Amino acid sequence: METTQFITELTVLVLAVFIGFEVISKVPTMLHTPLMSGTNAIHGIVLVGAIIVAGLPDQSTWIRIVALAAVALGTMNVVGGFVVTDRMLHMFKRRREPEPDEQS
Amino acid sequence: MSRADAISLAYLVTIIAFILALRFLSSPATAPLGNRIGAIGMAIAIAATFAQPGMHNYASILIVMAVFAPIGAYAARAVKMTAMPQMVALFNGVGGGAAALVALADFHRVVPEPGRLGTDVSTSIMLSTLIGGISFAGSMVAFVKLQELISGRPIVYPGQKLLNGLLLATLVAFALVVVAGPEDQWIVVATLLGALLFGVLFVLPIGGADMPVVISLLNAFTGLAAAATGFVLHMNVLIVSGMLVGASGTLLTIMMGRAMNRSLANVLFGAFGQIVSGTASAADDGATVRSISADDVAVMLAYAKKVVVVPGYGLAVAQAQHDVRQLADLLEQRGVEVTYAIHPVAGRMPGHMNVLLAEANVPYPQLKEMGEANAEFPRTDVALVIGANDVVNPDARNNPGSPIYGMPILNVDQAQQVVVLKRSMNPGFAGIDNPLFLNPKTVMLFGDAKDSVTKLAARVREL
Repeated sequence: METTQFITELTVLVLAVFIGFEVISKVPTMLHTPLMSGTNAIHGIVLVGAIIVAGLPDQSTWIRIVALAAVALGTMNVVGGFVVTDRMLHMFKRRREPEPDEQS
Repeated sequence: MSRADAISLAYLVTIIAFILALRFLSSPATAPLGNRIGAIGMAIAIAATFAQPGMHNYASILIVMAVFAPIGAYAARAVKMTAMPQMVALFNGVGGGAAALVALADFHRVVPEPGRLGTDVSTSIMLSTLIGGISFAGSMVAFVKLQELISGRPIVYPGQKLLNGLLLATLVAFALVVVAGPEDQWIVVATLLGALLFGVLFVLPIGGADMPVVISLLNAFTGLAAAATGFVLHMNVLIVSGMLVGASGTLLTIMMGRAMNRSLANVLFGAFGQIVSGTASAADDGATVRSISADDVAVMLAYAKKVVVVPGYGLAVAQAQHDVRQLADLLEQRGVEVTYAIHPVAGRMPGHMNVLLAEANVPYPQLKEMGEANAEFPRTDVALVIGANDVVNPDARNNPGSPIYGMPILNVDQAQQVVVLKRSMNPGFAGIDNPLFLNPKTVMLFGDAKDSVTKLAARVREL
């Protein structure tokens, strides 16, 4: 049983690698910084793992502290990652916007 | 449909959302929507996780999330675009740290019952601990270097490679011991501490100019750590997301290495930028640097047909992006065609310069990548090099003795005229001579980039 599950997971992993290379090779160099911050946000998915471990019953205090620390890190990772990527992507414009502050 | 199936389906939706988010990044027009789709996918995954049967401690988890979400959002809003590399390094580290902690907590949970751990799970726990720990500590050192809390120069000492090699070998041995049998949690803790130490030691000798490679690599590491955590918890959503990030980080690492013509091993162990090269350039005998006034440059630019701006990190340091854009606007009003030629390693992380110019309101169709820009230089009247040095050094093409020989560069010397804005004649980051400055086509405008560009704009306005 265990081996079978492991093989299934390994299959998923390999397919994900191929999809990853396929999709990411189409991202223009212009957007590589948003790509990095966006993938940063995506690896924040460890938050889900952290929540599961923190939500287990009958833990020792020690595990609970470690798991909640992971929840804290994961939350910052997810929220910060998506917000900063959104902020950055909205800077890329096809045409120049008129600026109110054209002083100097 | 059972509850477990429903939750798994929700995770599948998350996976699709993440893949779409990356797909939509193929164009600046669709990318913002893609990012939102990714965020929604993440929200679905979190909701589904809270719906898992047997979840406890909702209150403490939600409180922690409610406290730390605004901190992340605040940091993301407040960060300056010049500080993006630090920010990305920090988030990399935070993600890697979270992965390592999850592995540690899960190990601690199962370990009281000996024999409960399958080899696959214990291997994954050790991988997640190791890679996550290295990623966390390495990212923190990268952060501290980029933030200039410590010198960006490589920090080297005798026996460094040997020490790092021995430490890594010890850590792998620890991991193998845990996988093989004695599931002792203190060995896991020791592995985590050792991984943290290794993360610090392995980034210390890497110089500031190599940060684009290091950040990409740490990005890949964090992805792998997340994927390993997926094996620990048997969650496909973690495996897929982690590997998407791993693939992205790996591709970027390869691209950055190629853009600098350096192998990964050379970046990690070469301590580049430490040794000032004594290699004399082939062309510098008798030639002199020609200095020019802002007035003359302004005339040159105003009566050109096509101007290509070549920005380097010096431009970002001087915070001159907005001033450059204003100068470009004035030139465009006079009918001059202005584009920007962006070298892949022009900033401190992949694509950094594009973001800085986009922030300064430069329309993205004007941002040209290296191949496209090089095709345009032969019909360019003036190449305006601002704060860039090594990425326009013709020695990379012509001088086999140069340390950067073979690195792909922007061929500004093919333009009719080259104007270099530079603070002084100090060599660039790598301490290498640049024969471009001695080329008869080249004139130098010395001074602070921001001052010079402002002056140029004022003169062009008067013409």
